[in-house]
Amino acid sequence: MSRQTIDARNAFCPGPLMELIATLKLSSVGDEVEVLSSDKGSADDIPAWTRKVGHELVSCDKLENHWSIVVKKKK
Amino acid sequence: MPKRILIVGGGLAGTIVANGLSRRLGGELRSGDVCISMLSITDRHMYQPGLLYLPFGRFREDELFRDQRSVLDRRVNFHVDAAKYIDCEKKVVTTASGNAFSYDYLVIATGSHLNLDAIPGFRDGAHWFYDLEGAKKLRAALTKFEGGRIVVNVNAPHKCPVAPLEITFMLHDYLKERRVLDKSEITYTYPIGRLHALEPVATWALPEFERLGIKYQTFFNTAEIDPQAKVIKSEEGDELPYDLLIGIPPHKGAAVIEESNLGKGGWVPTNTKTLLRDGSTDVFVVGDTTNIPISKAGSTAHFEADTIIDNLSHLIQEGCWARDYDGKVFCFIETGLNSGTYVWFNYNTPPKPSEPTQMVHWFKLAYNRMYWLSASGLL
Repeated sequence: MSRQTIDARNAFCPGPLMELIATLKLSSVGDEVEVLSSDKGSADDIPAWTRKVGHELVSCDKLENHWSIVVKKKK
Repeated sequence: MPKRILIVGGGLAGTIVANGLSRRLGGELRSGDVCISMLSITDRHMYQPGLLYLPFGRFREDELFRDQRSVLDRRVNFHVDAAKYIDCEKKVVTTASGNAFSYDYLVIATGSHLNLDAIPGFRDGAHWFYDLEGAKKLRAALTKFEGGRIVVNVNAPHKCPVAPLEITFMLHDYLKERRVLDKSEITYTYPIGRLHALEPVATWALPEFERLGIKYQTFFNTAEIDPQAKVIKSEEGDELPYDLLIGIPPHKGAAVIEESNLGKGGWVPTNTKTLLRDGSTDVFVVGDTTNIPISKAGSTAHFEADTIIDNLSHLIQEGCWARDYDGKVFCFIETGLNSGTYVWFNYNTPPKPSEPTQMVHWFKLAYNRMYWLSASGLL
């Protein structure tokens, strides 16, 4: 199991969630991906997508001026 | 011993860097203090955005290409010789023909490439317009299309983020022109919970889809395509039947990147401002090849290339850094066969699309021809 961080702060396109989707495709089951986002919408979008597709939301934390969202690849 | 600048990749990013550096370092090239070389897998340069127009008969195949040698400054040493291994420790690139190119500065511009086998059934079940053969097959299929269900299916990651919306709007107008729109249904699928990654673009596009009667299904992450049954299935458990499937395939980086252990998936870890490869002071990365969370688009390649030209020429001529890349992206968005808009943003300025106009569409058509000035480093 490995953890990778995508720093998508101030990234508008394709945006934090699309970057997460692309990174999970290159990951193995059990790997964790942390997304850093300055967009508060990510705190809703990423958990919603994670639930829909069937991965695991490990954590979703608001830090100083951004969010840290960790997703574990389950399938 | 001249300072050797080696550019791997002859697409837009690599070509602009080569041409821009040739202009800035003219004196050094003349005196022999600098030499610039390029490795490419092909002797042709393709205007990739033109592929969007080819399925609708708005661009011919021969209009997409020019000889790369004619686009490049004559002072660039150009080799059609694919890079096979990039060794950033030994500062040498070995090629398919067995040659070894040592460098003092390396620019990796190996681009992004279609991953047609990433989704089971995609190659046999879908049409696409992201390469020449795919665009020609789609053109043939559209010419014969007399009505039915068309699904436009978007998969991540892909270059040219707005092209899926563009093809959908252009398709609508094309079917209307052919007088088969009333016998057709267009459904657009997208992996996340809105019509586009860029929220302002998605917000603008939604009422347009509703006005034009274009159906959509969001949260659609493609699991597989059944070419016999003509059904596309999602990870979320949804299924869509189709008569014609237009897919935007997932992309991957160049094989040489992974084979050289430079980046998973072919994407090189790159500093978002300096465009230096993480851990390097003499390797720049430009265009789709980077892992920067930014649009894989021609304009991104162009603005990144300009930054690298400034920095590399400053380093050689003055021994100092010029400026950081500010994240600028500018994309035209065709909103049909006769209208268009645009969106631009950078790391600090969010995107804000404006209402489509015929004028912007005409400017895009003009840019389709002026592209070669950009590639030459003049525009």
